[in-house]
Amino acid sequence: MENQAQRSPKRRISKDHWTAIAFLIPSFILILVFVYGFIGWTGYVSLSNYNSLVPDFSFAGLKNYIYLFNDFRFQADLRNTVFFTILFIGLVIVLGMGLAILIDQKLKGESIFRNILLFPMALSFIVTGVVWQWLLNPSTGFNQFLSVFGIQPKWYTDTTILAGFEWGSIEFGLPVAIIAVVIAAVWQMTGFSLAMYLAGLRGIPEELREAARMDGASEFQVYLKVVLPMLMPITMSVVIIMAHISLKIFDLIYAMTGSGANFVTDVPGVYMFETTFRGNYYANGAAIAIIMLLLVAIFIVPYLWSSRKGDK
Amino acid sequence: MFFRLILMLAACSSDSAKEESGDSDAKASDGGGEGKVEIFSWWTGAGEEDGLLALIDLFEEKHPDISVENAAVAGGAGTNAKAVLATRMQGDDPPSTFQVHGGEELNKSWVAADKMQPLNDLYEANEWMDKFPEDLIDLVSQDGNIYSVPVNIHRGNVIFYNKKVFEDNGVDVPTTFDEFFKAADKLQEAGVTPLALGDKESWTATQIFENVVLGVLGPDDYGKLFKGEIGFDDPRVKEAAEKFGKMLDYVNEDHASRNWQDSGQLVANGEAAMLNMGDWAKGYFVNDLNLETNKDFGYVPFPDTDGDFMVITDTFGLPKGVKNPDEVKEFLTVLGSVEGQDAFNPLKGSIPARVDADPSQYDDYGKDTIEDFKNANLAPSLAHGSAAAEGFVTKANQAVNIFVTQRDVDNFIEALKNAAGEL
Repeated sequence: MENQAQRSPKRRISKDHWTAIAFLIPSFILILVFVYGFIGWTGYVSLSNYNSLVPDFSFAGLKNYIYLFNDFRFQADLRNTVFFTILFIGLVIVLGMGLAILIDQKLKGESIFRNILLFPMALSFIVTGVVWQWLLNPSTGFNQFLSVFGIQPKWYTDTTILAGFEWGSIEFGLPVAIIAVVIAAVWQMTGFSLAMYLAGLRGIPEELREAARMDGASEFQVYLKVVLPMLMPITMSVVIIMAHISLKIFDLIYAMTGSGANFVTDVPGVYMFETTFRGNYYANGAAIAIIMLLLVAIFIVPYLWSSRKGDK
Repeated sequence: MFFRLILMLAACSSDSAKEESGDSDAKASDGGGEGKVEIFSWWTGAGEEDGLLALIDLFEEKHPDISVENAAVAGGAGTNAKAVLATRMQGDDPPSTFQVHGGEELNKSWVAADKMQPLNDLYEANEWMDKFPEDLIDLVSQDGNIYSVPVNIHRGNVIFYNKKVFEDNGVDVPTTFDEFFKAADKLQEAGVTPLALGDKESWTATQIFENVVLGVLGPDDYGKLFKGEIGFDDPRVKEAAEKFGKMLDYVNEDHASRNWQDSGQLVANGEAAMLNMGDWAKGYFVNDLNLETNKDFGYVPFPDTDGDFMVITDTFGLPKGVKNPDEVKEFLTVLGSVEGQDAFNPLKGSIPARVDADPSQYDDYGKDTIEDFKNANLAPSLAHGSAAAEGFVTKANQAVNIFVTQRDVDNFIEALKNAAGEL
C-alpha cells in the first residue's frame, strides 16, 4: 500500500511528461527541418560555387564571403545598416519613452493619443514606404512646404556622406539619405515602443514615486533615479525587437527608395534579393543571408543568455 | 479623422493586394495538367495585359478543348516574376510556357541549365525559318537548336522628345552626339532640363549607356564587346563612358527618386526635353498621359544609332518536364502566327517579330518602326538581358549606379572588366 501510494503520483508526472513531449514533437521536428535545417542548407550553399542557374555544389571555401567584403555595394550596405540601426533604435527609444511619459500624466483623452500614435504600426512597411516616398520626394511632399522658407533638402536622393573617411572602397560616414528612411521607420515603430513603455510605467507602483517625493526628490529626479532604472528591462526588449527589425529590413527600403544612387540607402536584404533572383548568384545571396543571421545573433544571443540566467 | 480614413484605405489596399497574389500562387501550382496551358508572364500593366488577353481569346477560339491559365506575376519590371519562375523551375514544377527576353537571358540561364526543349520541328512545321529575321532567330538559338518563339519587338534606342519645347526654343532635334550636346546646352540655358532620367531602378541608366556604346562602337563591335571578343579596356569603350558621363550632366537633379514613368512625365509636361526609353514609353504617353504622337511628342533614334535597332524581344519557350508538350506547341503556333502577333502587338504597343505581319494594324509609330526593323542592324540590349547573362547584367547595373554618382571613368571600366568573367 505504502509503496503504491508513493509510486502513483510519480507515474502521473511522467505520464504528463510524455503527453507534453508527444505534443511538442511535431512542431519540434518541423522547426528542426524548416528552420534549422534550412539555415544549415543556406550555410552549405554559401560555401559552394552555386553562382548561376546551373547548380554547382563544389566547395568554394570562403570565396563568396571574401568577395562580399571586398565588394563596394556590400561595404556600403554594412555602413548603411550600422547607421540605420543606431539612429532608428535611438530615436524609437527616446521618442517612445518621452511620449509614454507624457501620456502617463493622466491627461484627458489619453486613449485618443494612444491610438493615434499606435496606429502606424498597423500598416505594413510597404505602405509606409510608398507614402513616405512621396512625402520625402525632393520635388513633391514636404519640400513644397519647406520651399516657403527657402530650404530644399534632397532627402533620400542626397548622396552626401557626413563626416566621411576612406574605408575599404567606400566612404565611411553617415549617409544623409538614410535619415529619410529612418524618419519613415521611426514613424511606424515609435507606437510600439510607446505601448511597451506605457505598460512599463503602469507597472511601477505609485508608492515608490511617492516615497521618493517624500524623501525630497524633485519630479525630474524621480524619473531619473526611480522610473528610468525600473524601465531597464523594457528598454532591453525594445532594443532587441527593434534591432532585429532594422538589421533585416527589406520591405521599407524596397518600396521607398530602392538601392539609391551610389547605394546610399541599400541594405543587405535588398542586395540579397537582387543578387540571388536577378543575378542568379545563389551562393553570394546565401552568404549575405548568413552574415545577416550572424549580425542578428550578436544582439539576440546575449539577450537569450541573460534571460536564461534570470530564469534560474 | 480624414487622416485616419486614408490610413485605413491604405491598409485595406495592401491587404487586397496580398490576397490577389495569394490567389495567383494557388492557381499557379495546379497548372500543367491535361487539356490546360499555363502561360507565365509579367504582363499585368494596362496595354500589355490587354494584348495577352487578346492572344488568349484567339487561342481559345481556335482550340476550345484546351483551357488557358493566365499566371502573370506583377511588379518589379519582371523581377518578382523571375524569382517565382526560378523557384518553380528548380522545383521541377515548370509553367507550360513562360515569358523570357530573347538572347542570353534565355540561352545563358535556362538553356544552359538544360531546362528547355528545342523547337526546331515547330519552326519547320510552320515554315517560320524565313518569317522571322535571321538575327532574331540567332538570338533565341544555341548550338543550332532554336529554343523559343518571339512574339514582339521593342526598340531601345529611341529618344522621345517634347515637340513644343524644341520649337519654342528654336532647337533642332539631335541625331549625332555633337548635335545632342549643342542642343542640350541651348536647352539648359533656356531653363529646361535637357534629358529626363528616372534611375530609381538603375536599368534606365544602363539603357543610356548601352545606346552610347552602340553609337560609338557601331552594331558589329557592340556585339563583339558582349561576346568577349573586344575588351572593356578598349579606348572606344572609355570614350563611350566619357560621353555617357557627359550626358548625365544634363539630367534632372531628382533622378534617383523617379522611375521611368515619372521621368516620362517630365517630358510630357515640358519640364524636360528628351527621354531615352524603350518604345513602351510611347504606349505610356498615348494611353496614360493622353498625348498625341507626332503632335505633342516626337521620336528619333538615339544619337549616332540611326540604322541600328536595339532590340528587346519577348519570347516564349517550352520547358522540359511539361506534361502536355503538344498542347503547349499548339499555343506557341498561335503565338508565332501572323494572326497571333497582330492580335497582341497593336495592344501592347510593340511591333510584330515576324516580317510579314500586316502594318495597317499599327499606328504611325508602329508603321515607322516596322519599316526600320526590316532594314536595321540588330543589336541585343544589355539592360534587358539579351546581350549578356543575368549575372553580368546585375553587375553592370551596379557599376552604372555607382558611376552615375561618382563619374569615375577608370573605376567604371575596371568594374565592367572584372564582371566580364560572367559573360
